Amino acid sequence: MTKLGGTPTMTTRIFGSGIRRREDPRLMTGQADYTDDIRLRGMVHAAILRSPHAHAKINSIDTSAARNAPGVLAVYTGADTDGVLNPIPCAWLPPDSDIKAVDHPAMAVDTVRYVGDAVAVVVAESRYQAEDALELINVDYSALPSVVNPQAAMASGAPQLHEDAPNNQAFHWVVAGGDADAAFAAAAGDPQNHVVVSENIVQQRLIPNAMEPRSAVASWQSAMGELTLWSTSQNPHIVRFLCSLVTGIGEHKIRVIAVDVGGGFGSKVAMYADEMLATFCTMQLGRPVKWTATRSEGYMSTIHGRDHVQQVEMAATKDGKITGLRATVYAGMGAYLSTAGPGVPTILHGLMYSGPYEIPNVKGDIFGVFTNTTPVDAYRGAGRPEATFLLERMIELLAAELDIDPVEMRRRNLIQPFEDGHDVSTGLTYDSGNYQGTLDLALQHVDYPALRKEQTELRSQGQYMGIAVSTYCEICGLGPSQVAGAVGFGGGLWESAIVRFYATGKVNVFVGTSPHGQGEETTFAQIVSDELGVPVEDIEIIHGDTDITPMGWGTYGSRTTVVGGAAVVLSARKIKEKGKALAAHLLEAAEEDIEYEDGKFFVRGSPDQNKTIQDIALMANVAWNMPEGMEPGLEATTFYDPPNFSYPFGAHVAVVSVDADNGHIVLQRYVAVDDCGPQINPVIVEGQVHGGVVQGAGQALWEGVVYDDNGQLLTGSMLDYALPKAHLLPNIEVLSTVTPSPHNPLGVKGIGETGSIASTVTIYNAVIDALKPLGITKLEMPLSSQRVWQAIQQAKGA
Amino acid sequence: MLLVHFLREELGLTGTKIGCDTSQCGACVVSMNGSTVKSCTCLAVQADGAEIATIEGLANGSELHPMQEAFWDNHGLQCGYCTAGMIMTAVEMLERNPHPSSDEVRAGLEGNLCRCTGYQNIVKSILAAAEKMDGHAHNDETGGHAHHDH
Ligand code: FES
Ligand code: FES
Repeated sequence: MTKLGGTPTMTTRIFGSGIRRREDPRLMTGQADYTDDIRLRGMVHAAILRSPHAHAKINSIDTSAARNAPGVLAVYTGADTDGVLNPIPCAWLPPDSDIKAVDHPAMAVDTVRYVGDAVAVVVAESRYQAEDALELINVDYSALPSVVNPQAAMASGAPQLHEDAPNNQAFHWVVAGGDADAAFAAAAGDPQNHVVVSENIVQQRLIPNAMEPRSAVASWQSAMGELTLWSTSQNPHIVRFLCSLVTGIGEHKIRVIAVDVGGGFGSKVAMYADEMLATFCTMQLGRPVKWTATRSEGYMSTIHGRDHVQQVEMAATKDGKITGLRATVYAGMGAYLSTAGPGVPTILHGLMYSGPYEIPNVKGDIFGVFTNTTPVDAYRGAGRPEATFLLERMIELLAAELDIDPVEMRRRNLIQPFEDGHDVSTGLTYDSGNYQGTLDLALQHVDYPALRKEQTELRSQGQYMGIAVSTYCEICGLGPSQVAGAVGFGGGLWESAIVRFYATGKVNVFVGTSPHGQGEETTFAQIVSDELGVPVEDIEIIHGDTDITPMGWGTYGSRTTVVGGAAVVLSARKIKEKGKALAAHLLEAAEEDIEYEDGKFFVRGSPDQNKTIQDIALMANVAWNMPEGMEPGLEATTFYDPPNFSYPFGAHVAVVSVDADNGHIVLQRYVAVDDCGPQINPVIVEGQVHGGVVQGAGQALWEGVVYDDNGQLLTGSMLDYALPKAHLLPNIEVLSTVTPSPHNPLGVKGIGETGSIASTVTIYNAVIDALKPLGITKLEMPLSSQRVWQAIQQAKGA
Repeated sequence: MLLVHFLREELGLTGTKIGCDTSQCGACVVSMNGSTVKSCTCLAVQADGAEIATIEGLANGSELHPMQEAFWDNHGLQCGYCTAGMIMTAVEMLERNPHPSSDEVRAGLEGNLCRCTGYQNIVKSILAAAEKMDGHAHNDETGGHAHHDH
């Protein structure tokens, strides 16, 4: 028989202990229910016909043959859904940005705008029949010119996607702090004492690739007017809210279920047309409808990430103090604005232009651009990897220009340690930081001087070893609702949690957040156990079902433990307060004299006179002997709205070797030193770092979406899109420091995205460092062997 | 009909997952007559008469298979979607090579994708299972378990 591994002994605190995850048994035995595993009585299957054109007029659609195909129950097109389903909304509209929230119909009516745009949906008795019938639908298109590159899309004469968005400009948002123009003018006016470096950086488009494809099961109960929607979502309550806007069903009549979800990385935040089509179909047919994307279908229809063209300049004094940063960014939005899409290159990106550094003068012009491509939205890190890349790349260029060691260059500009609040030029107030601390630890761990020495030796033997060190700081724990409103997010960002004790002393915790691999069924139980002395085995965390759980805004932006965990601990503390009052009554003592320790309430000075939390739970539930005026039950609810964001930080080191004969890169070592505040479960924290670092490595080395000039998705399947594989990777060395967030009840900061925020540029810089002897200063990502080999050949020829 | 669809749709054995449509991801790995196959590459009729083992059959009642234990002990899974395929692959890997090196384990996962873990703890889990299963055999030989049951 198995028992809970790593269960701490009496002396070990459960908070901070790397216990085994409580969700694992069902996930490891095939007993979990992911959306595509749901099978309902009478369930039928939907398949969606998608546009093969990047841009085209629809002249006509002939569905007659498909309708008569075996097993087919119905075929619907945009003509059927138009006016019945409202457009799919964009929920993040940054203010003062002249944003064009163009209509995004659930199915194209007369125009398709990207390869993958939904054109028709077939419902059949089986999935095979539905897919076969798709081929019988005849769509007559007139192809239109298309554009896929965000910078090209804004050039005059570029094909236009939306009448209401001239030059394909979706928005123009500006971040400004200090006076960047003056700083650059000063640098230009005094070249003796200043340098300016500039660079064009392309953050290629990525496909998130959660291993579970998106899926929906929609079941309409017409008699009650109720919809149940199983959905692969990171935020079922937002789906309920937006589903109600799209379908007109009252929010109170919609139940969204997303308990076991196979990864998201941001790609399951957005509200998608497909789920609404499944809903439309069940409402038409009165039978439950399942739709599950194939992987290739997901590549077209699930959001992509990144896609920035950045023109950046950085100014500094000759002794290496950064004086200004200016950037113009063309951020591809795809054909329509996805749910949170516009917030990513603006709020989550531009506001981080100071990073962990004192950069007094900052200006960013961010253009969101429509292109004939799959919509772009949050992908692990969402805006911050792009900001970190930009900063770390420019600092590396400055260091090279000034011939200062890149580590020293960073040191000269890092913000000094602070414990409670530091204002930066972009207008943010960071919570706490000790950037030097993580940097020192990283350098010490790798023995930086020794590494550089090894590099020098290898170089003298004609071998290419590269080293890079990054320091970063990011914004997460989203966030204060008032700020959310001020920056155009169409919702709140608070969280709620109910802690409920039963008479037997067992506990359910109902949370609004919706973890899907991050392990909060364990960390939240640890929080409650630590706070109330109940063994974790007696605590069950319930999430992901909107009919059962209280409102929450979901799991993204590294906010689940930070914001959701705060709601949990505050509820637990309320339980403790009530427990104290009840214990005082039962022990016939004054409440002030009651102390609490390790699950026991006792009279000060007489620990034998005590009531356990289980005694209290029993009495509160049976309520035979309650103090005057006290309500029965032992349950507490908290709605927690954080006063600030949280700002994890760290220092990462990458060591690579490049084989000049074939351009092959080997990631030799990767060291991540991160500070996310106190760690509730360090094993889970480490796992998050591993996964994040490897996803970031994917962007640097292997991954990238390719569209041809006609908007055809050339990386249309897993055959053509290279994902990180086990044999390509070293063990990631994970270290940490602990700087608590002053404003969070647990001090925690969030760890879900730090890896992917820092690793792409760290690995990129290491490769460029390796190739320095050849004079190579820039390469296009991903750094494929072929690309690197060509650059080496060119450099050697020159 | 593909074997994976037969398992999932006809038999209701949904522990085996589908992660791709190009035989890349390994989420669908099952054991057929003792060796692993990607059940999305194989027709159900091809499995006629074969013995198929899926993740549902790995644990012995509530007693987990040592490989499952090792994944649990070493945080070898996050979202769990790749896990059935990983574990089925890993079990066969150790049958062929009971003492793999870390590099051999990584190479053996060539056909399995995981987007959550960065593979590190999967590799660690498999190495730990190798050690444990080996130790187990020793214990059995020396009767090292006897003192537990009285
Ligand atoms: S589903 Fe079989 S390999 Fe991906
Ligand atoms: S644990 Fe999520 S894909 Fe492997």
